[in-house]
Amino acid sequence: MKKNDVILQTVTRIVFFIILTFGVELFISGHNNPGGGFIGGLVLSSAFVLLYLVYGIETVHRGTPFDFKRVAALGVLLAVSTGMLSLLFGESFLSQTTWLVDLPVFGETELGTMTIFEAGVALTVLGVVVTIILGISEDVE
Amino acid sequence: MITVLLAIFIPFIAACLIPFIHKVLTGRRIGWFVITIPLFLFILLIRLVPSLSDGASYLYSFSWIPSADVYFSTHLDGLSMIFALLITGIGSLVVLYSIYYLSEREAIGRFYTYLLLFMGAMLGVVLSDNLIVLYVFWELTSISSFLLIAFWSHRKQSRYGAKKSMLITVTGGIFMLAGFLILYTITGTFNLQELISMREVIAADSLFIPAMLLVLIGAFTKSAQFPFHIWLPDAMEAPTPVSAYLHSATMVKAGIYLVARFTPIFAGHATWFYVVSCVGLLTMLWGSVNAVKQTDLKALLAFSTVSQLGMIMSLLGIGSLAFASSESTQIALFTAATFAALFHLINHSTFKGSLFMVVGILDHELGTRNIKRLGGLATIMPITFTIALIGSFSMAGLPPFNGFLSKELFFEAMLSLKEANLLSVDSLVLLFPIIAWVGSVFTFIYCMIIVFQTFFGKVHAPAPGQRPAREAPIQMLISPMVLGSLVVLIFIFPNLLGTYILGPAMNAVYPQFEGMHGLVPEIHVWHGWEMPIFMTIGVIILGVLLYGLLRYWKWIYSVGFLQWTLDRLYNAWLQRIERVASIVTKTYMTGSVRDYIAYIMLLFIGLVGIGLLGFQQFIFDFSNDAVIEINESIIIFVMMCSSVAILFAKSRITAIILNGVLGYSIAILFVVFRAPDLALTQIIVETVTTVLFLLCFYYLPEWKNEHKSISMRVRNGLIAAASGVSVTVIALLVQGHSLYPSISIYYETASRLAGGLNVVNTILGDFRAFDTMLEVLVLFIAGLGVYSLVKLRRKKGVDHTEEK
Repeated sequence: MKKNDVILQTVTRIVFFIILTFGVELFISGHNNPGGGFIGGLVLSSAFVLLYLVYGIETVHRGTPFDFKRVAALGVLLAVSTGMLSLLFGESFLSQTTWLVDLPVFGETELGTMTIFEAGVALTVLGVVVTIILGISEDVE
Repeated sequence: MITVLLAIFIPFIAACLIPFIHKVLTGRRIGWFVITIPLFLFILLIRLVPSLSDGASYLYSFSWIPSADVYFSTHLDGLSMIFALLITGIGSLVVLYSIYYLSEREAIGRFYTYLLLFMGAMLGVVLSDNLIVLYVFWELTSISSFLLIAFWSHRKQSRYGAKKSMLITVTGGIFMLAGFLILYTITGTFNLQELISMREVIAADSLFIPAMLLVLIGAFTKSAQFPFHIWLPDAMEAPTPVSAYLHSATMVKAGIYLVARFTPIFAGHATWFYVVSCVGLLTMLWGSVNAVKQTDLKALLAFSTVSQLGMIMSLLGIGSLAFASSESTQIALFTAATFAALFHLINHSTFKGSLFMVVGILDHELGTRNIKRLGGLATIMPITFTIALIGSFSMAGLPPFNGFLSKELFFEAMLSLKEANLLSVDSLVLLFPIIAWVGSVFTFIYCMIIVFQTFFGKVHAPAPGQRPAREAPIQMLISPMVLGSLVVLIFIFPNLLGTYILGPAMNAVYPQFEGMHGLVPEIHVWHGWEMPIFMTIGVIILGVLLYGLLRYWKWIYSVGFLQWTLDRLYNAWLQRIERVASIVTKTYMTGSVRDYIAYIMLLFIGLVGIGLLGFQQFIFDFSNDAVIEINESIIIFVMMCSSVAILFAKSRITAIILNGVLGYSIAILFVVFRAPDLALTQIIVETVTTVLFLLCFYYLPEWKNEHKSISMRVRNGLIAAASGVSVTVIALLVQGHSLYPSISIYYETASRLAGGLNVVNTILGDFRAFDTMLEVLVLFIAGLGVYSLVKLRRKKGVDHTEEK
């Protein structure tokens, strides 16, 4: 459904990055504020869906050098393997831990393995949603 | 104990790596990588043999699912050691053999992946100490052997054999699991060592017999005991290295392992003795009688494996009598039976492994395994002939091969039964030596068939598509040569094996007689003019006679009942199940989403509604409820209006928008009730689904008012109303009930326990992370499902066969 819609395309160019930033922000702030892996992943995928809607599947495919099925697989792998990680330290499966680290720019920051787990969730959601939407829209075209 | 963990996990890790390594090491060279794994593990394990014979055992445990009492515990003792050595030792030889057996054109990488998976699973079975872990590995052996048997999946017979073996062994495994769960309810532990120490408690329980029988069904299906043996001959469709490995040395022996492992728990009860030894003996007789009529060498070996496994099983049954004995002479007599079982287990692996490899060589070089097409190969293939001779004569129980020693012990054990004046052993038991003897005669006959009909007589001219006979390349002969020389070596030094390998295993089977003198009997090649040697001479005389006259009495086999009656039963049963299943499925799979939703709703109403009516406890308590604000009422009103309006929508876009209104109103409701996380999720999900709807919008069929019959409408309306009422009633009931203390206090400490202030996310990512992980997995699988469904439909759409 490639159409030459100047206004939509121009707006998308900017909005795409705003949505992406919002998605990442939601993902990171999820620990203490509303947000988290699931929502972050959904927002990210909605950004891609917008891109596909506006520019057409072929164009976006040329610009995004990754397969969303693989993104989903990577997400699942991350989520499962963080669980495995704790086994190596003699903890039970899926135990999470956090550290307080003093980073140069951000000041005192909390780093946790839960973020990796959530990243896995986010990537899976992103991959699956885009795969499904692409599958359906490719099919109907 | 790191060795044990390595032994279990290295094969799995290697199996995962093979697809990547295979890109570098193409063709045959991948085999040289694979062979290092069993070889390394074999060396690792054999280093522990001296310490095991000093009485050590290695127990190691770490927590896996502690809330369900499942610990990943491993236990290496003498019994596990025998099996682990067989798995890795014969595994190395099989891999070596397969390097030259499989042609470069095969999917070699896939083959070795499956083989390593199987090896790891098998090591897991024999090394795990926790019943649940054992069960997981047990079923994994079934699955990986399914993949191996179906390796040549283009053959119909391969697929049939693989399916059959999996159906039978997995079903048996489920019975076994039920047995394990019963044991857990009796003792409260899944750990084998603890179970063994609690054997009196188990024996006193009323569920003792069911648990025993269920576990035995698992063992019998795996070890191809009568009447479950029917899968083994069909499993011979696998490539020969697989047959040599799975069906001589490893998988079928898992059942033996299980019986030996559970002997300390269940033995001492007459039922155990009768079931194990009778099934074993029957299997031995049935297998050996059937082996004689086979014309395919591999099928013959399959039946002989069935028979030999039966023999080992019956010995274990007799060995269990030691638990009920009190006199030391009797204990020594019966423990000797178990000793014979373990000894024959090793011997069987050596000679049967070499025989399978020989048959594989014949098949590989000549392109046929049919006895009628073979003959006179002794001079053409001298090395192969020698190995076959050693293997078959050992199996027939002739000196100077290891099979002779264990065969003598077998006869001795059978004869020892008449000394038993315990457990109300009746006269029936006196038949045991006779059955064993008859079985041995048939064993002798089929062993002679292997040697004489294949290697003597006149040479057949090669049929079309068949190659002229020549000796196999030396690389292929190494593995069977090693096994063949082991057959002789064990005959010469049996007591070495007895002290170092079998002794510790006997301690594992008889923990209460530990350190007792006589647990490891001295094996003598010449044991005097006793009954066993007369029996052996009888076997030889009658065997030679019957073999000579074979063609005069072989017609007996064409008599109806000796045919594959059990096989027919299996096939008929399978067909019936498939037919019924397809009828049932076709009735309810109407292809209409509306019907499926109706089923779901009906089930829901059935479970919840009937449950509620059954309990009759409609307590509505609104005293603690907050006052409903005016803005909340307005939102609810909007939701109600939009949902009712969907029913009367005239166009699809109206319906989609109304549905969106409903969704966003819920989000607003969440905001009002201060659940920003839920609101956020709801809004985004709503947006994405609306986009999805709009995407397909153009391509969906025309929105038209369907003219359904009145009865249909009434039915659907009733279902909808009933499910709405159930939900409402539940929601109201929940208000008035507090069965459990509130868990919100637990989550108030979330920031301290999980380091996060957002309670929802700490629950999702930390407290209930397991749920989240599985949900992610489900989402992923669902995504793959949608994707492949769409792809598949499109492919079919090209030729439009579905529409026509």
